[in-house]
Amino acid sequence: MTPDDRDLIQSRQRARARVMGVLLGGLVLLIFAISIAKIRMGMGPHG
Amino acid sequence: MSTVAPLLPPADWRDFLALTKPRVMTLVVFTGLCGMLAAPVAIHPVIGFTAVLCIALGAGAAGALNQWYEADIDAVMRRTAKRPLPDGRMDRQAALHFGVGLAAFSVILMGLAVNLAAAAILTISILFYVLIYTVWLKRRTPQNIVIGGAAGAFPPLIGWAAATGDVALLPLLMFALVFLWTPPHFWALALFVRTDYAAAGVPMLPVVAGEVATRRQIGLYTIPMAAAAVLPWALALTGPLYGIVSVVGTAVFAAMAWTVATRRSGEGDAMRPEKRLFGYSILYLFVIFGALVADRWMFPA
Repeated sequence: MTPDDRDLIQSRQRARARVMGVLLGGLVLLIFAISIAKIRMGMGPHG
Repeated sequence: MSTVAPLLPPADWRDFLALTKPRVMTLVVFTGLCGMLAAPVAIHPVIGFTAVLCIALGAGAAGALNQWYEADIDAVMRRTAKRPLPDGRMDRQAALHFGVGLAAFSVILMGLAVNLAAAAILTISILFYVLIYTVWLKRRTPQNIVIGGAAGAFPPLIGWAAATGDVALLPLLMFALVFLWTPPHFWALALFVRTDYAAAGVPMLPVVAGEVATRRQIGLYTIPMAAAAVLPWALALTGPLYGIVSVVGTAVFAAMAWTVATRRSGEGDAMRPEKRLFGYSILYLFVIFGALVADRWMFPA
């Protein structure tokens, strides 16, 4: 593996980790918002 | 002698996005959103957003699994050769895991956050697109997109079910419209990329039955499609706004389809009427569904 290959792999891994972090953060916010919405609607998780 | 696949670097995140066919997803999300907004029950904005997100993720998962299965076909078609798998930018196994994971996530989230009816229809639509259309029909029969078109017709039903927990006549007519719109839409495309399909061995109608038969089928399928488009107004399920837009929009569609159905292409033909019909058919669906929502808001049942 050349240094160029290693750089490419590491830069892609970093970019993927960043995107994954943003997506997981968004998912946490979404689940929180769904929970609040369900509580306000007076429903359980399957309501 | 066994061959060892070359080791690929991890795929770029944009390639995973490309795997979900974002452009196809636009129409799916729009029709799903319209199905939800046309429902007589108001849905909580957060739950509505989640339902549309699940429809988008489900469609993306189906697109990813379609590309995973069809990488060999995509590689020989100019239109699809630059996709991540045929272009060698992604490992096939990664695409499979991504597609299955995304499908499971979209269905589970829909079931937990929205309702079980919407989750069940979403499951059926993903399985229909992947198993019935991609795996079973596409390489076997020129009727592939006729039956497979049902997969793309599910989103309005899912959107409606997300809001009401049920299915009614109006969303079924929306389903019928997209289902019957699919053959003329795809066959118009197939007429001008026929050589691509022939090279890939996909039995699209122009490849198997020829150009004349395909043109005739475009004309014939436009008739029930027009009926499905106007029926919601004729059955008094919508008001005059939808009636006017559907009659005028469908008349334009029918005129274009008639031109395509009755002409014959010559040597070096630019296929302009076919390209025009294909482009207009996309706009048509956006306008019809948009008019349906606007009408239901202006003239609630």
